[in-house]
Amino acid sequence: MTARAAASGAGARPATARTTKAAEASAAGSGQQVTYREAMREALREALIRDERVFIMGEDIGRYGGCYAVTLGLLEEFGPGRIRDTPLSESAFVGAGIGAALAGMRPIVEIMTVNFSLLALDQILNNAATLLHMSGGQLNVPLVIRMTTGAGRQVAAQHSHSLEGWYAHIPGLRIVAPATLADARGMLWTALEDPDPVLIFEHGALYNMPGLLDPAAGPADIDTAAVRRPGRDLTIVAYGGTLAKALTAADQLSADGVAAEVIDLRTLRPLDDATILESVRRTHRVVIVDEGWRSGSLSAEVCARITEQAFYDLDAPVERVCTAEVPIPYAQHLEEAALPQPAGIVAAARRAAG
Amino acid sequence: MTRRPQQTATTAEPVSGDAAHRRELLREMVRVRRFEERCVELYSAAKIRGFLHLYIGEEAVAVGVCQALTPADSIVSTYREHGHALARGVGMDSLMAEMYGKVTGCSGGRGGSMHLFDVSHRFYGGNAIVGGGLPLAAGLALADRMRGTSGVTACFFGDGAVAEGEFHECMNLAALWDLPLLFCCENNLYAMGTALDRAQAETDLAARAGSYGMVAWAVDGMDVIAVEHAARRGAGAVRAGGGPHFLELRTYRFRAHSMYDPDRYRDKSEVERWKTRDPIDALAAQLKQHNEITDDDLEAIENEIAAEITDAIEAAEAAAIEPVEDLTRFVYSPRPS
Repeated sequence: MTARAAASGAGARPATARTTKAAEASAAGSGQQVTYREAMREALREALIRDERVFIMGEDIGRYGGCYAVTLGLLEEFGPGRIRDTPLSESAFVGAGIGAALAGMRPIVEIMTVNFSLLALDQILNNAATLLHMSGGQLNVPLVIRMTTGAGRQVAAQHSHSLEGWYAHIPGLRIVAPATLADARGMLWTALEDPDPVLIFEHGALYNMPGLLDPAAGPADIDTAAVRRPGRDLTIVAYGGTLAKALTAADQLSADGVAAEVIDLRTLRPLDDATILESVRRTHRVVIVDEGWRSGSLSAEVCARITEQAFYDLDAPVERVCTAEVPIPYAQHLEEAALPQPAGIVAAARRAAG
Repeated sequence: MTRRPQQTATTAEPVSGDAAHRRELLREMVRVRRFEERCVELYSAAKIRGFLHLYIGEEAVAVGVCQALTPADSIVSTYREHGHALARGVGMDSLMAEMYGKVTGCSGGRGGSMHLFDVSHRFYGGNAIVGGGLPLAAGLALADRMRGTSGVTACFFGDGAVAEGEFHECMNLAALWDLPLLFCCENNLYAMGTALDRAQAETDLAARAGSYGMVAWAVDGMDVIAVEHAARRGAGAVRAGGGPHFLELRTYRFRAHSMYDPDRYRDKSEVERWKTRDPIDALAAQLKQHNEITDDDLEAIENEIAAEITDAIEAAEAAAIEPVEDLTRFVYSPRPS
């Protein structure tokens, strides 16, 4: 350990650690047993009840019940006027969401997977992200787009990619990735209240994740990162589908006497630099976990910000654990090998810990 | 849902208005023409930069269609939209200031010629992605439909957009959901330099629109009265709950695609032939023939417009620019702390 690290008082508890109501509920053993899917569905129901301007449109969200069953039952409860099945026309229905938002509605557009969102990229980039600025502040686009992201379900290279980092490149968009039940329940309402477009990335492997959720869980902020596990020895930065893997890795490291702090980015744009840097300045060692490809990735951006703003606080090179630079393969063993896994995170942490 | 076959305009309804209205149509077209002619001069003088797409020759389309719209209606436009904006009532001062990139411009200097916006006139821009405005128009129309208002959204686009997937997605969605949309296809025969028959297997665009189950017909886009007539009929039917309607407005661009275009892809003789059908000359001749306008009237119109343009230029010259410190304004809305 360097003198600087020793002088900084390693072992101090993070002053800015944020815990969620759900985490508190879970820790206390209270709350209702729900899945991530159910938490998201309840958030949609609440939004439809609270604000008559809210409606949902997307492919197979109504009669089919949603390709991941998130919207199951909403058509029966709210009717076809507000739960709108669309043709397979991503550009048209995403753009229609933008137009309806311009007119004062609060549309929620569901895109089946991030890979399909590329068919609507023109609308998302050239209109949703751009209209406010290009119009000199006249046109707000209060639109929420939800989509599934990520791999792990053996659905191969056209349903498995993690492209949220691309979207996080775009000024004008807010990008969030709920990784917990409380965020699945609480981020949507906050996103709907935002006057600007918000994209919600739901990792497909999370939908069946069970847990306890406070029935009174309210809106969650969409500005900050959260410390999900405090630790003094190194910082693991993760988000979305990689959070659980990071926490698993932290458990394993703990058995070896290494106390890893785990940060959940939650909001991918704009990034909450302060929470990341505060942690790094205490632990001096960082592992960034990202299911996107390494080159030009969100992990690269986080790494760059740490080296720009906390270079002299680092005691070791920043480590990254990313998806191998291949299209996601079908076969289970290949897919597992391509993705960040706890073992890889542990190995990276050991390298960082020296 | 009943599928509506393609129809052609056979029943002529009288265009509302009288000689004064026809003189106003002429005046509006001249106003668009002279504004753009001055813009060309200002471009040559490097006062206006970037892309500048001129509407010269197509004025009858914007002026005619806008007659059929109310203040509660919405417009989505293209990158060749000076005519649409002026005809809609967006102030010439704010347009010219936008061309100058000044803070008093209708988009605060952030849009330029291709991105004119004016929410107070429900003018939703100036979209420079061919076909990119159609989904927005579908959404504006969807909002009107969900709220049960009588608003109509007029969506302008060119023949080039017909080749885009977004066009077909939106035609289908609009018909499927009976959206109150008036599709205004400005068929000027060229998508930049590519002639319609070099890009489209079927060049009868109204027929293709009809295949989506909406009423669609072709209109002489060089005849402002015919355009107004068609637009009133179309917008009226849309407003009455008849679902989307499609006008193929057959027109022609007299100038090059943009200031960068050497115009190598079409014969001069073709351009000259279309110029004999100049919509302004045609209406002026018609009004004179029926003694509805005098040379003095014409001169007065020209003088008024020249003064308006001069005032707009002077105001734009004098206007402030957005401070560079405000570069990143309007990327996100202010958030409550």
